[in-house]
Amino acid sequence: MGLPLPMVPRLPAGKSYGLLARFEDAASIYRACEKVRDAGYTKWDSHTPFAVHGLDRAMGLQASRLPWVVLLAGLSGATGGMLLQYWVAVHAYPLVISGKPLFSWPAFVPVTFELGVLFAAAAAVFGMFAFNQLPMLFHPLFSSRNFEAATDDGFFISIESWDPKYDEAETSTLLREAGALEVEVVDNE
Amino acid sequence: MAHLMDNTHEPVEGRAPLILGGHDFKSMTDAVAAPMERKTPLGWWLCFLPSLAMLSLLGVSVGWLFWEGIGVWGLNNPVGWGWAIVNFVFWVGIGHAGTLISAILFLFRQTWRTSINRSAEAMTIFAVMCALIFPGIHVGRVWVAYWMLPAPNQMAMWPNFRSPLVWDVFAVSIYGTVSLLFWYVGMVPDLATIRDRTPSRVKKLIYGILALGWRASTRHWQHYERAYLILAGLATPLVLSVHSIVSMDFATSQLPGWHTTIFPPYFVAGAIFSGFAMVVTLMVICRIAFKMEAILTLRHFENMAKIMMVTGMMVGYAYAIEFFIAVYSGNPYEQFVFVNRAFGPYAWAYWIMVTCNVLSPQVFWIKKARTNLAVLFVMSIVVNIGMWFERFVIVASSLHRDFLPSSWDYYSPSLWDVTTLIGSFGLFFTMFCLFARFLPMVAMAEVKAVLPGADPHGDGPRVEIRGAD
Repeated sequence: MGLPLPMVPRLPAGKSYGLLARFEDAASIYRACEKVRDAGYTKWDSHTPFAVHGLDRAMGLQASRLPWVVLLAGLSGATGGMLLQYWVAVHAYPLVISGKPLFSWPAFVPVTFELGVLFAAAAAVFGMFAFNQLPMLFHPLFSSRNFEAATDDGFFISIESWDPKYDEAETSTLLREAGALEVEVVDNE
Repeated sequence: MAHLMDNTHEPVEGRAPLILGGHDFKSMTDAVAAPMERKTPLGWWLCFLPSLAMLSLLGVSVGWLFWEGIGVWGLNNPVGWGWAIVNFVFWVGIGHAGTLISAILFLFRQTWRTSINRSAEAMTIFAVMCALIFPGIHVGRVWVAYWMLPAPNQMAMWPNFRSPLVWDVFAVSIYGTVSLLFWYVGMVPDLATIRDRTPSRVKKLIYGILALGWRASTRHWQHYERAYLILAGLATPLVLSVHSIVSMDFATSQLPGWHTTIFPPYFVAGAIFSGFAMVVTLMVICRIAFKMEAILTLRHFENMAKIMMVTGMMVGYAYAIEFFIAVYSGNPYEQFVFVNRAFGPYAWAYWIMVTCNVLSPQVFWIKKARTNLAVLFVMSIVVNIGMWFERFVIVASSLHRDFLPSSWDYYSPSLWDVTTLIGSFGLFFTMFCLFARFLPMVAMAEVKAVLPGADPHGDGPRVEIRGAD
């Protein structure tokens, strides 16, 4: 669905969060993502210091639905803006200026536009955070010291232990065959 | 510096690199994070403390204004709008280049923007803060400034939405808000970088909270990139609307010299012109102070010089058209205002404006001037002086001689007008110093995406070139 993973589920004590594999560069993680996708995994993710072009498709993700949220918010902002001005100019505080009609809508276009932009921009930002389930200040992946490179120069794939196809040894082999430099088990704590 | 190469010439066999010095992802992170992790350099204090002193001057000037009233300014009867509105338009205009770089150049896929967009966006936000001060303090009774907003109140009073001044309240405050959101969203991945590399627990906590738990996930990048594209798409018409609406504060009045339809595009071109000049001023300082020659390359400066030259000529065209329309209209009042503007009591200001804005940018026809930091720095300041004078000419020369010669007067600023302007520069530079010290000044995640090796399908035709080392 293009939606991010659900929050980390409650796992039985002692069960690990999953596997974290580091890759050399953008090209190798791209090929590795295609392999993990084709192997049928669904509860996994990749982590790169910048948005690697096309990696979402290599992972088999569908397009983000954020634009629809933004469209809806923008339209409600603009509609609300025009209604506010209509209500103020016609009902709450009618002023006749130069004999013009009370509902002189062309003069209301700038504020309508600005409010549409404000609502749309707020929806784009907060909608994006909501889709991404951020802020989430703690995450099991942060317990890995290697993972700190994900915001510097590291390219990672993480596969969660509750993926139906997950098997610590088998999945680890898959990642190594896909070109992982190192694979580690991340604790769920 | 031997490792730096000239990237202002395109080689025959491909494209010149955007970033020099053979940076990889890791060295890029180190280069950008260095100014935030070093011990505070002496040079930073030498910039910060004078700025802070100027900011306190703003506090004193505004305090005195609130205590005593608008009479402390040099306003008189025909000239009821003086330096406050000039400074407002000046600062809003400065901000426009930041949005142009972050949004419009993004939509046009101008990847060279990645080195400068973060600091240009920061400049936008600080410029809008400076701008918003002036109409806020100009209302006289500041404690009723909230009357500008459609807030329900006990007097059952509402704003007149047919007034461009109310449009302006919405346009500028929404512009500030959207710019802030855009800036913050762009910074989240870089804040996470700082979180992950700092050894200090306090910094880890602060940057960690600001980074919202960003874990560089592709599932996140996907929504993030979409949000960024949408914000760029929204900010583009927004920035064009803002200075258009600012110009309507003037254009919808019936005053000769203000009542003209060319104002919206003319103001927008002027805004981008002055904004790029300010970006050049700041970037020259940052390049030298933070040794960022490899990231803020001569190619970036050359591109900005070209934009300054183009927008400068657009502004010059607008000056000419205003005169043409005054002649062509056959309206004696309109004709009087323009002859008076160029040859009347404010002729000195008019010719400063023409010299700085139209004549001096012509130096950028010469490539040596476009790639010489000293010339660029001087020119950027000259242009901003010229653009400040443009707003002064529009305001003062149109107002000081109105329809009735008996009410003509000459307007000069008072001391407090001057200290308030200096103080607003204090606010601007104080904020910029804090930004340069505590936040990532270059959009690391975006610059990494234009480095060699970022494209999973191999590097395009960009090749390393040898040049004047």
